Amino acid sequence: MTSRIESARSFPSPVRGSLQRIGAMMLRYWYLLRSSWPRLLDLVYWPTVQMVTWGFLQYYIASNAGFFARAGGTFIGAVLLWDILFRGQLGFSISFLEEMWSRNLGNLMMSPLRPFEFIAALMVMSLVRLAIGAVPVTFLAIAFFGFNLYGLGFALVAFFFNLMLTSWAIGIFVSGLILRNGMGAENLAWSIMFLFMPLTCVYYPVTTLPVWLQPVAWVLPPTYVFEGMRTLLIQHVFRPDLMIDALALNAVMFAAAVFAFLKLLQSARRHGSLMQTGE
Amino acid sequence: MPATPPIAVDRLVKIYKTIPAVDGISFTLSPGSITGLLGGNGAGKTTTIATIMGLVMPTSGRVTVLGAEMPSERYRVLHRMNFESPYIEVPMRLTVRQNLTVFGKLYGVNDLRERIAELGHELDLTDLLDRPTGRLSAGQKTRVSLAKALINDPAVLLLDEPTASLDPDTADWVRGHLERYCRDRHATVLLASHNMAEVERLCERVIIMKRGRIEDDDAPAKLLARYGRRTLEEVFLDVARGNGLETEAAQ
Repeated sequence: MTSRIESARSFPSPVRGSLQRIGAMMLRYWYLLRSSWPRLLDLVYWPTVQMVTWGFLQYYIASNAGFFARAGGTFIGAVLLWDILFRGQLGFSISFLEEMWSRNLGNLMMSPLRPFEFIAALMVMSLVRLAIGAVPVTFLAIAFFGFNLYGLGFALVAFFFNLMLTSWAIGIFVSGLILRNGMGAENLAWSIMFLFMPLTCVYYPVTTLPVWLQPVAWVLPPTYVFEGMRTLLIQHVFRPDLMIDALALNAVMFAAAVFAFLKLLQSARRHGSLMQTGE
Repeated sequence: MPATPPIAVDRLVKIYKTIPAVDGISFTLSPGSITGLLGGNGAGKTTTIATIMGLVMPTSGRVTVLGAEMPSERYRVLHRMNFESPYIEVPMRLTVRQNLTVFGKLYGVNDLRERIAELGHELDLTDLLDRPTGRLSAGQKTRVSLAKALINDPAVLLLDEPTASLDPDTADWVRGHLERYCRDRHATVLLASHNMAEVERLCERVIIMKRGRIEDDDAPAKLLARYGRRTLEEVFLDVARGNGLETEAAQ
């Protein structure tokens, strides 16, 4: 008994301890996912519905318009990439919200779990949730519409990495707002990404926007990804410069989101919000 | 050189916007002691406990736990502390074993499987380990929360109304277990409660709070003698209704 108490008190090395706590949180979310088939079904349901709807629309337009026939796959590609962005953020935010819904946040905040470990676990879980939801849908896109997202090759890796960074940055910021303001801010987790949809030009080129709005679009990293995807699918050219610009903006956005999260957490400690995780 | 006290609160003030929740309280707990924190609703008990756990930042004053300043140095000691409150739950969809596994890993507990089996035996949870926590009765859930609070063999244990909403039998059982734990492990416990019988049974010292301040602080027997009362409940009512020592002295 004494040996276990002593070993529990003398915590392992910082890195090992961190990895163990991140692993513990991932285990917690994995247990949760495993325990609930509606949660698993929900991960696949909406991406499938969206892909099928837009896939048929693309199919219809392509058979009636020459330009779209040449631009094969832009809609369905946009849908799949948008889903990476949207589901990535949602996966992050929902895992965080699970702690609020289960009134478990106090347990975590009073445990040795550090904020960056919590964030890291949520990031990994957003990848897991995305993999469960989006990977089957990409195979359905091949089966239904002959659109092979994996055919984008290295470009897909660049698109994916940039979109995930944006989704995590937004997820982190929204989680900070919920920590500080309670469940009254929950709706942001579901809706904030839709603010980005028109501005990041998911389904149309940036030139479609009014001139005064275009600089706003170019401040947002996903805009570069969607432009890059269209260039690749229509002109068959991969633009690394767009990906590098997106990466630079993402680095700034991610750092700002982590900073905001820590500040909001500090503010929550000051205002006692961590004790009241309801509305 | 005197040993570092497990918990030391020094002129602690916590103001929410303009409302003082805790107003300049100071106390020190000795190792292996069980101290009761009494007070009516809004007296500042929960804020005091949350500040000790590092969940709330003090407006002014100092709180140290096992020698670490809270909340700035909390990660030095959080793995040696734990707490239980009916207002914070463990995830209901996870089984008891899954919950204890997750928290055991968060607290860096070695031989976790063995520890869970031990807690299962001690808290009569063995048959419930593989059931979802949400499907347990209130008393069983409280025992699970207690198991979570004891998973890391804490040297400092903070309990916020640990027997609230339990039937008398289960509440008595929980008190018995806490007594044994503190005696065997020499753990320091701060217990916030509205249950005077519980405080009288468990605590060797009682701190009574009112409107964010400490109104009295002594051993239960001395409080009873000082207020000329037979039960701690009567003492509590005297303090809560302002019929305390000042009134008697004036009379």
